[in-house]
Amino acid sequence: MMGFLRSIFAHPSGRIGGAIVAAYLLIAILGALGLTPYDPLMQFRIDRLHAPTVAYWMGTDLFGRDVASRLMKGIGQSFTVAFFSVAIATAAGTVLGLTTAWFGKRWDAILMRLMDVLLAFPAILLALLIVTVVGPGTWTSVAAIGIVYTPIFTRVVRGPALSLKSREFVDAARTFGSSRFYILTRHLLLNLVAPLTVQVTLALAWALLTEAGLSFLGLGTQPPAASLGLMLSDSRNLMESAPWLMIFPGITIMLSILGFNLLGDALRDILDPKTRRA
Amino acid sequence: MSPILSVSDLHVGFGRGAKAREVVRGVSFDLAAGETLAIVGESGSGKSVTALSINRLVDYGGGRITNGSIRLLRTDGKISELTEASEKELTRIRGGEIGMIFQEPMTSLNPVLTIGRQIEESFRLHRGLTGNQARAAAKDALDRVRIPDAERRLTYTPNQLSGGMLQRVMIAMALACNPRLLIADEPTTALDVTVQAQIMALLAELKRETGMSMIFITHDIGLVAGIADRVMVMQDGQAVEQGELGQILDHPKHPYTQHLLHAVPHFSGGNAARPDGQRERTAEPALKVDGLVVRYPLKGGWFGRPTGAVHAVDGVDFDLLPGETLAVVGESGSGKSTTARAVLGLVPATRGAFSMARRELVAGDSNLPVQMVFQNPYASLNPRLSVDSILAEPVIASGVRIDAAVRDRMKMLLKRVGLPENSLERYPHEFSGGQRQRLCIARALMLNPSVVVLDEAVSALDVSVQARVLELLIDLQKEYGLAYLFISHDMAVVERIAHRIAVIYAGQIVEIGDARSVLSAPRHPYTKKLIAAVPTIDRRHETFELDTRQVPSLVRPLGFEPPKARWMEYGPDHKVRAEA
Repeated sequence: MMGFLRSIFAHPSGRIGGAIVAAYLLIAILGALGLTPYDPLMQFRIDRLHAPTVAYWMGTDLFGRDVASRLMKGIGQSFTVAFFSVAIATAAGTVLGLTTAWFGKRWDAILMRLMDVLLAFPAILLALLIVTVVGPGTWTSVAAIGIVYTPIFTRVVRGPALSLKSREFVDAARTFGSSRFYILTRHLLLNLVAPLTVQVTLALAWALLTEAGLSFLGLGTQPPAASLGLMLSDSRNLMESAPWLMIFPGITIMLSILGFNLLGDALRDILDPKTRRA
Repeated sequence: MSPILSVSDLHVGFGRGAKAREVVRGVSFDLAAGETLAIVGESGSGKSVTALSINRLVDYGGGRITNGSIRLLRTDGKISELTEASEKELTRIRGGEIGMIFQEPMTSLNPVLTIGRQIEESFRLHRGLTGNQARAAAKDALDRVRIPDAERRLTYTPNQLSGGMLQRVMIAMALACNPRLLIADEPTTALDVTVQAQIMALLAELKRETGMSMIFITHDIGLVAGIADRVMVMQDGQAVEQGELGQILDHPKHPYTQHLLHAVPHFSGGNAARPDGQRERTAEPALKVDGLVVRYPLKGGWFGRPTGAVHAVDGVDFDLLPGETLAVVGESGSGKSTTARAVLGLVPATRGAFSMARRELVAGDSNLPVQMVFQNPYASLNPRLSVDSILAEPVIASGVRIDAAVRDRMKMLLKRVGLPENSLERYPHEFSGGQRQRLCIARALMLNPSVVVLDEAVSALDVSVQARVLELLIDLQKEYGLAYLFISHDMAVVERIAHRIAVIYAGQIVEIGDARSVLSAPRHPYTKKLIAAVPTIDRRHETFELDTRQVPSLVRPLGFEPPKARWMEYGPDHKVRAEA
């Protein structure tokens, strides 16, 4: 584990990406523990739309709430949605990918066509569709984003699983009479850890963006709770008079996605033996 | 006469700085016009890197020539120093003056272009021919390498030709511009033994016709006997011995050359067959196979109706006594691996019966008294599992808990197959190819099987490692009374380990019997052809006849049943299928 962290640190984009992601995690934890400068819901009526100062690092919004505190809470909120939805997508995609690769035939044909249909929709559109049908809220957006990214994980798992399935060590396992579950977990899944790790990191970035999009449209996190998309949405009409309301959440989203993408690229280099440096 | 190629004190390294590793360390040799130099060595000896340095292809693999000189006598009489030549000059020399053929003909050709296009390419580049001229030249090139029906074959894509045919195409391309030097890097290693003999004969004939020089790289010292004038033996990046062919083969001086010549299996026509293991016909067989048939249906037409079947294995019977080795020999596509896989249930048998003797198992009960060791020790071990998980797998599969007794057995077996004590926590990539194969053997023995199927189990190993693994297998057989079903294409290896031999051709056994008897007095024409094709040091002066017949198609019409075999007996344990 230490060696793994060290190799991330040794990779140029891994160092930057890792630092960004770690910083966000720290902020999210601080926010969750209530260690924000102010209560994110507290309205300082006299200081409405206050520009950034020493007291309010990132200014205040229309209701006089501290933007920095809300941002810290919002990061936590957005990350929670992203983590849970990616966890759902990873679990569902891995199971579906492994079983389609293993059983093949009709199960594979039907399921993969279904995945093709899901993939044909743009991610945000499909998520919107699901949320409008079920109704807005944090946990429906978790489910919606999870479903949207499942096909990608199914494909990422199915391809290598198909090739692993015909490897000699799987044949060997069959000659011992190893159970299907044992072969699927020890021989296929264990060899898929590397591509899955990379995919999870990249999917977190997309999930963050999709969550921000849903909240922006008012279908994700509901006010008065803070979320990055919601804060951006609130800033729309005040863009000229209070630009800090838009700039800080915008930069926050951008940096988080940059961080996950850099980390994902680094992990791909580190975990893929073909690009691993000698 | 000045040599066409003169290499002196060549050093080639890979990597830079602290990770730099010198792979070739001070190799020198001269090659006269029309002469053939064979470079012999095991993997990692630097033989291929030496050859790739000559046409500077080594640059593309990340290597650098750090010292020494390579002088080539050009067609125009000038001498070029290749270590300093520009890339532009090298492009003219490659193909034009130095031709090269590689080990894998299947991957050296572009799969989507016709072979005609690919041969014409070298005529266009080096001779400036176009259109019909290039096409005619390509046809001549194929005629030259004795490809029958060359005109039509030009329109084929690589997947329509067999490995031997593709290697001929590669040779035709390499010779397209009449190079004065041909570098052949293990050109026959991927081919069947009879095809190998054809290619070797072709190379020898072309060399006589064109008077070109040749550098022939191989790991098989038996193979060089028929073609080389001089031999250079390499070990760890150095040439340990070089000299005339006869001198090297008959009076080797360096201990490594002696080791290559003596420790390594060489085919000797049944003289080296195992003396032990007299067959007791009364014993209960460990494995009995009766009328095994494996067919793959072919579907065609609009509704996917079955139109025929590939008869991969067509009525194979044999029995295997405890403590006995039955070697199944044949060429690729003959059905020998399918037979083994059907015995293990990896491919479904269409018909046929097996019976296996059950035996008390040490680590609990198992339904499978048959275990298998695969060809490729790199592919048959899961890279993500540690050695103890690998050894535990068969035990877990048989439903037994891993306890102290099992762990003791793991340690005992590791020690028995010659692996270090601390191997249990290590991972497969920390072991060499030979060690991995020992690990596979230990894994196969975990459940104390009565039959072990060895599918080309030593083919992927270096020759001297091969010899040691064979010794281990023989020792284990004696110790545990194991029965081996040994699938191989390598007659020299088979001679060392087999008690009995079954020759399989087009899915049927054509000759079966006592190893010494089959190898010394083969009766079936196919067995004779197979044995005649084995390269040996003793038979180096014999010449081969070119035989370009292809293996018959195994596709049969629906409902086809092969006629019942008639067997002719030659001696107490040697019978041959009578050809209709």
